[in-house]
Amino acid sequence: MDMQVAKKKLSLKEKYKLLTRDLGWDTTYHTKDEVFPYVQYEGIKIHDWDKWEDPFRLTMDSYWKYQAEKERKFYAIIDAHAQNNGHLHITDARYLSALKIFLQAISPGEYAAGKGFARMGREFPGVGTQVACQMQSIDEIRHAQTQIHALSNYNKFYNGFHAFADARDRMWYCTLPRSFFDDALSSGPFEFMIAIGFSFEYVLTNLLFVPFMSGAAYNGDMATVTFGFSAQSDEARHMTLGLECIKFMLEQDPANLPIVQGWIDKWFWRGFRLLGVVGTMMDYMLPKRVMSWREAWNIYGVENGGALFRDLARYGIRPPKGWDDAEKGIDHMSHQFMLALYQYNFGTAFHSWIPSEDEMVWLSKKYPDTFDKYYRPRWAHLSKLKAAGTPFANMGLAKLCQTCQIPTVFTEPDDPTSLCQRETEYKGEKYHFCSDGCQHIFENEPEKYIQAWLPMQQLFQAPINGDLGAWMNWVSLIPGKDNGDFDGSEDERNFAAWRQQATSNQ
Amino acid sequence: MSTVFIALQANEDTRPIIDAIVQDNPTAIVNRQPAMVKIDVPGSMTIKRETIEEHIGRAYDLQELQINLITLSGNVDEDEDSFTLRWNS
Amino acid sequence: MALTSTKPYVGVPRDLVQNFNGKQIVYVCWDHHMLFATPLMLVVEPEMSFGDLLENVVKPLIGADPDAAVVDLTKVEWLKSGRSWAPDFGASLAVNGIVHKEQLRFSTPGVNSLLAAA
Repeated sequence: MDMQVAKKKLSLKEKYKLLTRDLGWDTTYHTKDEVFPYVQYEGIKIHDWDKWEDPFRLTMDSYWKYQAEKERKFYAIIDAHAQNNGHLHITDARYLSALKIFLQAISPGEYAAGKGFARMGREFPGVGTQVACQMQSIDEIRHAQTQIHALSNYNKFYNGFHAFADARDRMWYCTLPRSFFDDALSSGPFEFMIAIGFSFEYVLTNLLFVPFMSGAAYNGDMATVTFGFSAQSDEARHMTLGLECIKFMLEQDPANLPIVQGWIDKWFWRGFRLLGVVGTMMDYMLPKRVMSWREAWNIYGVENGGALFRDLARYGIRPPKGWDDAEKGIDHMSHQFMLALYQYNFGTAFHSWIPSEDEMVWLSKKYPDTFDKYYRPRWAHLSKLKAAGTPFANMGLAKLCQTCQIPTVFTEPDDPTSLCQRETEYKGEKYHFCSDGCQHIFENEPEKYIQAWLPMQQLFQAPINGDLGAWMNWVSLIPGKDNGDFDGSEDERNFAAWRQQATSNQ
Repeated sequence: MSTVFIALQANEDTRPIIDAIVQDNPTAIVNRQPAMVKIDVPGSMTIKRETIEEHIGRAYDLQELQINLITLSGNVDEDEDSFTLRWNS
Repeated sequence: MALTSTKPYVGVPRDLVQNFNGKQIVYVCWDHHMLFATPLMLVVEPEMSFGDLLENVVKPLIGADPDAAVVDLTKVEWLKSGRSWAPDFGASLAVNGIVHKEQLRFSTPGVNSLLAAA
């Protein structure tokens, strides 16, 4: 029986070879350097692009087949959601704030990632890399579209969803994700891959999608679970692309190590700052909590990130420089963010609130070392001010970090009673930062970050010139509807009234 | 030892797949969370096409996993017959 | 450190003092008083006296803190750009050397109701 039987089907490896590498060609009209002008200047040395291989060995024909299946599943559920009063099935209308933040701040990031990977698919010479980047680009655009589409069902009924595109461009809290992606998009192709493919997708994206989407399921939000998991089914491939890319760079030339390590340090910290608000969504905005930010960090940060960096240690990679400071901030950051959102809620196109006693009991159980000691007294005082008819609105406006653009709400890593404040001078101008991590990033590339469009600064320049009403108009925020305390909001009233109608015949 | 994991949507498609994974990876720990199932295995995890086919009673292409996959952790290696996740540390 | 770039790269800051219609930014922070999420960002004229800044700008903004009523802002300890500093209350911000985007911090040791437990 040693006669070779002709195989009916190509093996996965053969198919991958035919449908990726064999599609490539050597250029003749122009030199390779002219055709791929951006792969040298960052200093990354690649000797053999054919060493790159997608371990999923996914080819375009299979890609379309499976993506089409995902879309069919997604739209079946979105239709069911719209046809069955899905907007009334959520646990509580406070939950909508998490969705508004998602739509205003996160979905545009998906679109930006789509643009980025489209560019990387063009700029990398290796065909395997080109195909993988092309798939990821299409994925990211799909994510933006399905998210906007799913959440448009809520826009029919609730405030704060109507102007996400203006928010993306102009809203102060949306400049964080925008500047993050602009920073990555204006980097070279290899840095972009470490920024988005590795640090964001591999190290951090689980924290965003997995516990939060599971939380959406817990809170009866069928639409969000569906787009979340549909998007997440692509993320496993994106994470793998990020990991393969970093291994490829490190295996190609030992001189790449210090450059790659520098990018890991920078982009871990950028990503960690960006995703901090997810902690607040999990700890404060899901009426029915699935796990705390701390618990999610233990699983996806400490355990999984730890495993990853132990694995990469064989190349000489060490955990990112900001790792220990990140760990020190975990038990504080969700509270610091929510306290900030509450006091600036005249300027947010979503609602915030003072947590109920029941929720504070949960918070103190999940954060036994920090909540009662540092944060409960502040919430208690805010409740007192609200009860007295003088709710606290901080009209001092926020000092922003020049690098991450987040209000400088974070405390010293080793002193939770003191705001972390760092400053430096560059060409005669002062610049301020929220942390050592952000200051280091600035000092490595000051010419890039001095250009930051800081929204608080912008508010006092032309064309707004400090006029809060004009600013609200400019960001498409409708005062009295989109902003302010949830308590007494139109969303609260409508949700209660419509739920009542849905369950009675009165 | 580092742990690898795979998370799948909790649905009718994945029920037999999860059974197959547990059968092939005796040290697997199955965590059931709202709408999803996360399976942890110390060191490495192998998912075998044959075992899944035994459970679902039809031919199965391992790339179908893509549809219900939520996330994973570890270095991936996939061919027709198996899908492996591994940490090298 | 220089940016890695394909050609010379020069950035222009977006918040130079000349963009603020004759005003400037001053940041003021009350140390250990964490009700205020970040240092206060103030946009004021450099000719304003430091005393006016405290009385008419800072004081109304910090009233929500339970310690605000007992604090005399002319008797607190000051840091300017991280260094100990003695302000001249009658002189303008400019004469006091408070430049655009200056960070001032004041502290009131022993007075801290909301961090009493900590």
